[in-house]
This record gives sequence, C-alpha cells and structure tokens, in this order.
Amino acid sequence: MNKNMIITGLVIFVLAVLSPFWFNMITTTEAAPKPELLGKAKEEKKCVLEKYDMRANHPSLLDEWRDSVVRNSDRQYTAANGHTFGMSLSTGENSCLGCHEDKAKFCDSCHTYASVDPYCWECHTNPKEIK
Amino acid sequence: MNQKYLIPLTTVFLLFLVAYTGVEGAGLHRFFGIVIPYLAVLAFLAGFVYKVLGWASSAVPFRIPTTCGQQKSLPWIKQNCIDNPDTSTGVCLRMVLEIFLFRSLFRNTKAAFNRNESNKLSYSWEIFLWIGALAFHYSFLVVILRHFRFFTSPVPSCIKFLEYMDGIVQLGLPGLFISGALLLAATLFLLARRIFDAKVTYISQAADYFPLFLIIGIAVSGLSMRYFTKVDIVGIKELTMGLATFSPVIPKGVGGLFYAHLFLVSILFAYFPASKLMHLGGIFLSPTRNMANNTRAKRHVNPWNYDVKTHTYEEYEDHFREKMIEAGLPVDKEE
Repeated sequence: MNKNMIITGLVIFVLAVLSPFWFNMITTTEAAPKPELLGKAKEEKKCVLEKYDMRANHPSLLDEWRDSVVRNSDRQYTAANGHTFGMSLSTGENSCLGCHEDKAKFCDSCHTYASVDPYCWECHTNPKEIK
Repeated sequence: MNQKYLIPLTTVFLLFLVAYTGVEGAGLHRFFGIVIPYLAVLAFLAGFVYKVLGWASSAVPFRIPTTCGQQKSLPWIKQNCIDNPDTSTGVCLRMVLEIFLFRSLFRNTKAAFNRNESNKLSYSWEIFLWIGALAFHYSFLVVILRHFRFFTSPVPSCIKFLEYMDGIVQLGLPGLFISGALLLAATLFLLARRIFDAKVTYISQAADYFPLFLIIGIAVSGLSMRYFTKVDIVGIKELTMGLATFSPVIPKGVGGLFYAHLFLVSILFAYFPASKLMHLGGIFLSPTRNMANNTRAKRHVNPWNYDVKTHTYEEYEDHFREKMIEAGLPVDKEE
C-alpha cells in the first residue's frame, strides 16, 4: 500500500473523528430549549416531582401511571408534596397537559432537541388539536 | 484467580470510582466533564496518527502471498480472484470483505482431541469467535453513531433513522435499543471465551482483558443510565454540545454516573493508540491482505536499493592504461 493512500485514509479518519466539531461549525446549531412554564403551570408552582427528578424520571413515571390506570383503574396520584394529580396525560384539568397547556413548548421542544420520539401521541391527542 | 484478568478488572472499577467520587464527593465536574474529554480526544488523534505514520514509513520489501485459493496460473486453471488476487480490483474486494465481514476470523479453526476412544487430535471449524466479533463490532458501531445525537442539533435525519431502526422492537420504556443490549451480550461472550476456554486463557494477557472490561464498563454504565437509574438527557446534551462547540458548560442536576461513563470513554480513547485496539487502523495495512499476488508476473525492485558505486571496465582501463601497456597486457583502447 503506497504512502499517499495511507495519508489520504488517515486524513479521512481524522476528519471523521473531528466531525462533531466541524459539523457544528458549518451548520447552524440550535441552542438547548429552556422549558417555559406558561399559563396555569406558572401560577400553580407545584408539580408531581421535584424539577431535576422530573426531567430524568417522567417517562418511567408515565409508564407506571399507565399501568396503574389501565390495570387497576387507579387514577389519582398523590405526590410527595401532598398534592393529588390525575394520572392522565391529556384528560382533565388535573392532568399533565391540563396544567402545561402548550404541548409544543412543554413536550416537543426538549424531545426534539434530544432526538427522543416517544410514542405517547400514537394513542393520545393534544386536547388543543381536537377543537 | 487469575491476576491477568483480576488486575484489569480492579483497574476499571477504580477508574469508575475515581470519576464517580471525584464528581460526587470532590465536585470536580469541570475536570471530568471538560478537561479529561478534550485531553482524551487529543491523545487519541495524536497517538493514532503517530502510530499509522510509523507503520507507513516501515519497509514492505516484498509481497507476502498467504494464499487461500488458486493463484493466477495457466489459462485453463481457474483462479480464485478474491482470495488470491493479481489485480488491484481483486485486492480491493478482498480488503472490503476483510474489513466488513472479517473473513480471516471466519476461517478460524480449533484443535481438540476427539471425545471417542480413538482420541485423535483433529481440527474443526470454529465459527463462534467470528459471530461474537461481528456482533460486537457492528453493535459498537451503531452505538457510537447513535451518540451523534448528543453532538448535533438539530439531529440529522440519518441518525434519527438509525435510532428508529435500532429501537424498532418497541420493548419497554424507554424503548430498547437492540445495539446496546447486543453490545453488552457480545462483550460478555468474548470475555467468557477468554475465561472459560483453557487454550484461550493461556494466551490471554492483561492487555486483552483490560479493553474488554473497559467496554463492558462503558456499556453497563450507559445502559443503566438509559434504562435504570435515569438521567437528565437535555442537561447532558447541553454539556456534550458545549464540548463540540468549544463553549463548555456544566449543567446542573447531572450525577456522577454520567461523569463516570464519560471518564471510561475518555480512558478508552486515550488508551486506544497504545493498545491492540489499533487494529482499527492496522487492518488497512495488513501486508498479507492488501497486496496483489503477482510476485512472478511483475518485476518488483527492492524500493530501498541505493545507487551502488560502480567501477566499469572502461574506467578501470582509463585508470591503469599506461601500466597495462607497460606490462604488455591487452587493452581495448590504445590511447
């Protein structure tokens, strides 16, 4: 194998390894979304879990809720802070979207940023979209 | 207990604890989250380039036709164009198959005594190393490519498609990525092979176990973050995007497990050029695979033949003409 081929291959490899750096230079990079508390959520100032706990654990919490509702028809969740919430993503005033009204800002902005594609919305609908 | 795997295992545990306690106890977020990853990438690239340039400048004086098929010969003898190529097209094909399908491992055999009364030593085809290696390398590749979602924003659609295909089984929540589970299973299999197969144990060194334990540690910490302990993924992406755009930030609420994972990955990167893992670059330079077997069809001059200082007969005669004529010796030119 001649030297030019080795150098060419090496250059390609180095560029590939450095791709996270130059890719962000040649494309416009979106900054991390700042989740906004709007409407009711802004006034209530209480949620199911503490802030960072919520960020990390809301998928498994929703998973537990689903099992609880579907299998045991237990629809009320009492949080550690004493408040009771409806175990529902989108139904009723006391559900997730009942308080956090804007799905695009509350759910989608972070999910898009982290390239997460939850299948919640294959069954549920955003109550705003029905009207 | 075999110290050849006990020492690497302890080392990986200690490395994990160093980062975990360093962040959780001593609060060294910036050191483990920013300094170490940059240093690791630098060490990886510098070491890799140094190694490959060293190999590129070594002499490859002759072709080494380790043949696995019929050489090009008389027109009525069928040549094996891939396993014994005489053209660069054939060589390319052989290299592509070697790099993507590990054909040399596919030919792996094992020697063992027959279990019946004849008790003869016989060789048999052993395919499991090949299967384990394929599963490991491809799942690791997919895992690495999937991690590009932490270094790009917006995430390119090809990475999203890869994630979609990887998570197509939709098992559990968050959905299972096949590659992650397969990576852990394959590394555990490759480790079990080294530990339980006596003949492989005998030739295994600490340098063989260390990368395995390191990758197992990376896989376990990664899987546990995704499926069990949970982390703030948006916070982590802020950190990784900060690294990629040279404006590093330390997010709040990201725990020691993530920094331990990042530290093990950094160690893998920094250790890479000094280890057997350099077969990533080395496979392209395998002298027995990347040269055409045309030793007799073409003349190959030794590339480092220097100009030999010669003294031709004409020069010799010019030198000694007078003396030769005096002594009565015949000369070609009289004057």
